[in-house]
Amino acid sequence: MPSIKIPTPLRPYTEGKQIISIEGETVGEALSFLLSLHPELKEHFYKEDGQLSRFANIFLGNKHIITLQDLETPLLEEDILRIIPSIAGGIDL
Amino acid sequence: MNTLTLEKLDMQVDSLPARVGNTPLLPLRRVTLGLPPSVNIYAKAEWFNPGGSIKDRAALNIIQTAIANGDLTPKKRLLDSTSGNTGIAYATFGAAMGIPVTLALPENASKERIAILRSLGVDLILTEASEGPEGSMKVVREMLAKSPDKYFYANQYGNPANWLAHYQSTGPEIFNQTGGTITHFIAVMGTSGTMMGTGRYLREQNPQIELIAGQPTKPLHGLEGMKHMQSALHPDIYDAQLHDRVVEIETDEAYTMVRRLAREEGLFVGLSAGAAAVAALHVAEELDEGVVVTIFPDAGYKYLSNEELWR
Repeated sequence: MPSIKIPTPLRPYTEGKQIISIEGETVGEALSFLLSLHPELKEHFYKEDGQLSRFANIFLGNKHIITLQDLETPLLEEDILRIIPSIAGGIDL
Repeated sequence: MNTLTLEKLDMQVDSLPARVGNTPLLPLRRVTLGLPPSVNIYAKAEWFNPGGSIKDRAALNIIQTAIANGDLTPKKRLLDSTSGNTGIAYATFGAAMGIPVTLALPENASKERIAILRSLGVDLILTEASEGPEGSMKVVREMLAKSPDKYFYANQYGNPANWLAHYQSTGPEIFNQTGGTITHFIAVMGTSGTMMGTGRYLREQNPQIELIAGQPTKPLHGLEGMKHMQSALHPDIYDAQLHDRVVEIETDEAYTMVRRLAREEGLFVGLSAGAAAVAALHVAEELDEGVVVTIFPDAGYKYLSNEELWR
């Protein structure tokens, strides 16, 4: 089962959990699953217009999902997604 | 040249530590259009410090206090976690004073900060981005536990020398530069040292001075160096009871203000300065009269790779 690593600023909304197992065959499905478990996270991922916040950067390995297939990026069983806070507006690991 | 002449020369030449503080207090004139003439906003121009930011004050006081106490001895390395400016200040004075510096910072700190720290000879440890500044702090504490004799742990988040630097310098400077007329003080918070030290000093001089802290609206934001206190581990030096209230700042508002300050005021400042100006304007707009003072922590050079900011 893939998993998603929660950054420290969002852990108050996941009961302190650092890593959460998720169901889903794509990043988008995994994100929906996460938000169904912890609905309070939603406002931190999405803007009022429904677009994904640019400060919620989702990485698979060292690659931002926008450099892969974005929310359609397929996930393997052992994959770990990371949400990286954007501390200077952009990010480049 | 004989020794005596050298000693005389040494007394006359300048030094980096001597240049810390006594920064200009600049009026904002154009971004404040629409405010009553009886309401003025002033910004403390902290990029005039030799290391380029307000963090020179805290870093220098931490180093000098540790040397005076015997905690930082010639055989020790200075060790701390930082998201940038404090590290640059440690590195600057460390290089100038012959103190080796080891710093941990999140791997997603801006390219400019990492490049500056490397240029100043810092031994850098980049930590997992999703663990944030807390992750860097954890790595540093593990290193210290393994080799306590090797390091002096500067601990900017918990060292009273951080806020005391502002109590002893930033606060008195602002009070004197405004001739004691300051009515509102606004500071955005990272370690919270600026607010804790400056706020305490100003409050002692005049209990009527209102203290306002600025912070991002949400835990995920684009305001490097600033903490969203509800979702962050509180720094040990932070006292939530000191300030009267908190003003929340949207990242986009701060970015727009950074561009306006550059283009309308000639002030090429960083993100937290933009955020501070937004907070100061929000406060000033509520007033019929007042002297509002805020802090512009650094200049814009370290944010040039942020293309979204300068579009």
